Amino acid sequence: MTVTVRLFASYRELLGEDELQMEFDDGATVGDALELLKETYPVLAQQGYSPLTACNLTHVSKRHVLSEGDELAIFPPVSGG
Amino acid sequence: MEPQGGGEDIIRVTSEPLDPAALAAAVRTDASGAIASFVGVVRDHHEGRRVHHLVYEAYPPMAEQELARIAGEMRQRWEISRVAMAHRTGRLEIGEASVVIVVSAPHRRQALEACAFGIERIKQSVPIWKKEYGDDSSEWVIGDPSRP
Repeated sequence: MTVTVRLFASYRELLGEDELQMEFDDGATVGDALELLKETYPVLAQQGYSPLTACNLTHVSKRHVLSEGDELAIFPPVSGG
Repeated sequence: MEPQGGGEDIIRVTSEPLDPAALAAAVRTDASGAIASFVGVVRDHHEGRRVHHLVYEAYPPMAEQELARIAGEMRQRWEISRVAMAHRTGRLEIGEASVVIVVSAPHRRQALEACAFGIERIKQSVPIWKKEYGDDSSEWVIGDPSRP
C-alpha cells in the first residue's frame, strides 16, 4: 500500500524533504514505518528525542495500523505558543 | 481564512499579523459579562540565549483541527459564550503576537479559567513548532515529549 509521509520542522530539515510516498506491507504500523524510514535515512536515529506521529490529521501512537492512502505525519514534540 | 469550528468559534492559523482587539470584539455577545484574553509575544531571550527573531512552522489543517478540538473541550468544561484561538506562522520579530486566545463568558471565572486551559493545551498538542534565531545560530525548540 502507498502512504504519504509528511515531515515537519527538524525532521523536514534533516531529511531535506517535506513529503515522501512510501510503500508498506498491508498491516504495517506507524512504528514499522518509522523503522523503515530510519533504515533509509540513518540521520533520523541520531535525534535526541522521539518523533510524534499523526495519521490523517489525528495524533496516533506507534501501534496505529496504516491503510492505503493514509497521510502519516512525523514531527518533533510541539513547541507552539 | 474564514472562521470555522464549533458554533461561532474563530479558529485560525495564519501568516498574517494577529489582532487581539479585533478578536476580543468578535467574541463579545450581549450575554457576555467577561472577556478574558491571552496574548503570547516573542521575547528577546530563551534559556540564557539572545533571540533575534522566531520562525513558526505549522501543519495547518491538523493545527486548526486541534485548536477546534481544544475549543470544544473548553466548552465542555466551562459555561462560555465564544472562543477565538489564533496562531501565527512564519517569521516573527520581538514583540509580535504569536498566539491569541480570547474567551467570552457570562462570568469572569469561567472566561479566565477556560483561557488559561486553552494556552496550556495548545502547547501540548497543536502541531506548531518554533525555530529560534540568535546572533549567529538557529535552533528548533523541542517541546515536552510526554504529551499529547
